[in-house]
Amino acid sequence: MSTQIQRSSLALVLAVGLAVTGTACGSDEEGDGGSGGKVAITVNGQPAKTQPFERKMFDQDVADFERAHPDIDIQPREGFMDPKTFAAKLAGGQLEDVFYVYLTDPANLIARRQAADITDYVKDVPHYEEIQPELREIFTDDNDRVYGLPTANYSMGLLYNRALFTRAGLDPDDPPATWTEVREAARKITALGDGTQGLAELSRNNQGGWHFTTWMYSVGGQIAKKDGDRWVADFNNDKGREVAETLHAMRWEDNTLGERQLLVFEDAQRMFGAGKLGMFVGAPDNIPPLVNQFKGDYADFGLAPLPGGEGTLIGGEGYMLNPKASPEKIRAGLTWVQWKYLNPDRMEQTLKTYSEQDQPIGLPTAPPNAAADVWVGDLREKQQQLREKYATVPVENYQSFVDGLSELEKNIEPPNAQQVYAALDNVMQGVLTNRNADIDALLADAETKVNTALAQVR
Amino acid sequence: MSPTARSTTTRSTTAAPVAAGPDTSAAAPRHVPARSTGRLRRRVLDNLTAYGFLCAALVVFALFSWYPVIRGVLLSFQQVNFVTDPVWVGWQNFETLFADPLFGVAWRNTLLFTGLALVIGFAVPFAVAVVLNELRHVKAYFRMVVYLPVMLPPVVVAILWKWFYDPGPGLFNSALRAVGISGPSWLNDTSTSMLSLVIVATWASMGSATLIYLAALQTIPGELYEAAELDGANLWQRLRHVTVPQTRFVLLVMMLMQIVATMQVFTEPYIMTGGGPEDSTVTVLLLLYRYAFVYNDFGTASAMSLLLFVVLGAFSALYLRLTRTRS
Repeated sequence: MSTQIQRSSLALVLAVGLAVTGTACGSDEEGDGGSGGKVAITVNGQPAKTQPFERKMFDQDVADFERAHPDIDIQPREGFMDPKTFAAKLAGGQLEDVFYVYLTDPANLIARRQAADITDYVKDVPHYEEIQPELREIFTDDNDRVYGLPTANYSMGLLYNRALFTRAGLDPDDPPATWTEVREAARKITALGDGTQGLAELSRNNQGGWHFTTWMYSVGGQIAKKDGDRWVADFNNDKGREVAETLHAMRWEDNTLGERQLLVFEDAQRMFGAGKLGMFVGAPDNIPPLVNQFKGDYADFGLAPLPGGEGTLIGGEGYMLNPKASPEKIRAGLTWVQWKYLNPDRMEQTLKTYSEQDQPIGLPTAPPNAAADVWVGDLREKQQQLREKYATVPVENYQSFVDGLSELEKNIEPPNAQQVYAALDNVMQGVLTNRNADIDALLADAETKVNTALAQVR
Repeated sequence: MSPTARSTTTRSTTAAPVAAGPDTSAAAPRHVPARSTGRLRRRVLDNLTAYGFLCAALVVFALFSWYPVIRGVLLSFQQVNFVTDPVWVGWQNFETLFADPLFGVAWRNTLLFTGLALVIGFAVPFAVAVVLNELRHVKAYFRMVVYLPVMLPPVVVAILWKWFYDPGPGLFNSALRAVGISGPSWLNDTSTSMLSLVIVATWASMGSATLIYLAALQTIPGELYEAAELDGANLWQRLRHVTVPQTRFVLLVMMLMQIVATMQVFTEPYIMTGGGPEDSTVTVLLLLYRYAFVYNDFGTASAMSLLLFVVLGAFSALYLRLTRTRS
C-alpha cells in the first residue's frame, strides 16, 4: 500500500512539477533590475574560460568599471553573437541588455526593430563624433536614428607566408599589388610541390559570397546599388566577369587553387598555419590565431593591402542595446560600452598591459579594442604611435597594409548580406568546381537570386 | 436530469423499502450517492498513479509537441520580431517562399535524395540482411560490424567522409590513383555531390535497417524454403517468391519510414557541402534552417515547415493506415 501511495505521490509531484515548469517558462524574467539603487545590466562579450588571459582582463575591467561607476552593476555573460539563439533569447527575455553584433547584423536588426533606438542618448557618449563615419553609418538608419556603437573593425587584405615567398624566390617585402601579380606568385609557390598551394579561396557557408564581394570591391566593382528606393544587384557586368574569370583561370589553367574546394575559413587557416598555403584573402585579426592555434611564427606572416588597388571590404563588431531595455539601462549600457571599448583615456594603459603580457600588439586590429582601427583624426594617429611603441609583433610585416589602406575605398557589406552571400557562394562554387563553368550563366543566376534577396530589404 | 442522476434515483427508490420508516425516504437519496461517490473516489485513488503519469505525459506532449506545432502554423501567417506583437501578413510568407528560386531547387534536391536513398539506402540493407541471414558462422561478428557506424555521432561520420571524399589526398582518390584511375571530384562536382551524400547517409544508418530486416527474415518458416528447394527453385527464385513476399509488410513500412526520414535530410549537406556546389545539395531543411537562423525570418521558415509538415503528414497517414490495417 505504501508503495502505491509513494508511486501516486511521485506521479502527482511529477505532474505538478511539469505544470509549474511550464508556467515558469512562460513568465518573463526580472524587471528593471538593480540592487540597492544600482542599475543592473547584463552584458555579453565575456571571453570563455578557455581563454584565461582575455577572461582575466575582461573580469578586471568589470571590477574597475564598477569601482568607477558605483551606481552600475555589470552582470557579464559569456559569448558573442549567435544567430541561432538570438531570436530565442529575445523571445524568452534572455537577451542581454548590451549585446555583441557583427557589422553584418545591424541593418537587419534595425529593420526588424530588434535593437533599442539610442539616438537620444548617444550625444552624451564621449568621442562619438571621432569614430569613423563609415562605421557609425552601419548603426544608423535612413532617418538618422542610431541603434548601436561600432567597437572594432577590420579591412580585408592579402595574408601571405613570407617563408614560402622566400623559398619560391619572391621578395617578401614586396608583396603582390595586382591580381596578375598574385597569379604569378601563386604559380611560383605551387611549383614548390609537396602539396603547397598558391592561394586558397572560400566557397561555402556564405563565405564564398563574402570573398566574391571582397574581390569585386578590390577591382572597383559593387554587389548592390540603389535604384530609386530599392536595391538591385550590380555584379553581372564586366567587373563581375573579370573576377570570375581570374578565379577560374587560377583554378583550372594555373592549378594554383588546389583540388579540394568548398572550403571555409578554418580550412584556409589550417593550411596557412601548416605552411602549405602561400596566400589568402583575409583581415589582420587572422594572424594571432595562426600563431596561437597553429603554432606559427609572427615573423613568417605578412599582410599586404588587398590587390587591385580600388577598394576593400570592411567589417567588424559593435554593441547594441536590448529593445526592451529601460532608459536607465540604456544609459548604463552605453557608459559601459564607451568605457570598455571606445575609451581613448585607457588606450595607452591597455596596450601597455597587453604588451607586458607578451600579447600580440602592433596589428591594426582588436583584441584589445584599444588597438582597433575605429578612430579618425588625432585619435587615429595617437593610436598608431602607441601600437608601434608597445609592439610585440613585427610591425614592418604589416606596414604596407596600413599604408595602403588609406588609398583604398572602404566599402561596407551589402544589404541583406547573408542572403546575398548565399547566392554568391554559387558563383564561387561554379568557377572553382566546374572546369566548363558558364560564367555568364552563373552571374545571371546569382543576379536573380540576389535581386530576390534585395527585394526584401525594408 | 442527467442519465447518471436518473439511474441514481432509480436505485435509490429500490433501496428505500429496505430501510423502512418515514425518514428513510429522505435519507436514502443522500446515502446512496455517497456510496457511488465513494466507489468513484476509490476508482480514482486506485488509478491515481496512472492518471498522474497520463497527466504528465499530456503536459509534456502539449508543451513540447502540440504547442510548437500550433505556434508554427500561426507563425506561418505572421511576421515576428519577438519584441512587438506579431503582425498578421496573410499569405505573404508563402509568396516570399514561392518567389525564392531556391525553393523549387530545394524540393527537387530533396526528392532526388529521397529517390536515391530508396534505390541505395533501401536495397543495400535488405541485401546485407539476406546475406547475414544465410551466414552459418561468425554471424554475430558481422552483425556488429554492420551496426557499428550507427553508434558514431552523425557529425563525426560527416567529417570522416569529408576526408574520404577529398579529391586531393582523400582516401578514395588516393586508392584509385594507386591503381592508375583518376577518381571523380565527389562532393565538388554537381553530378556526384548528392549521390556522395546518399552513400554517407546509407553507410551511417543501414545498421538499424539491416537488423530489422534480419529479424523479419528470421520469422520466415524454414519449410517454405525447403518446399521451394524441392520444387527446384534457385537462389533468385527463392528470394523472389519466398523472401520478398514474406517480408513485404516490413519492407513497405520501412520504405515509408525511410521516405519520412530522408525528406528531412540536413546533417550531411549542412556539414559536408553547405548546399553546394551550385546549390546541388540544398535541401528543404537546409533552406528552412537558413531562413530561420541565418536570415532570421521565422515567418517564412515556419511557412516552409508547414509545407513540409503537410507532405510528411501524408506519408505518415499512409504509414498509420497501413500498420492499423495490418494489426
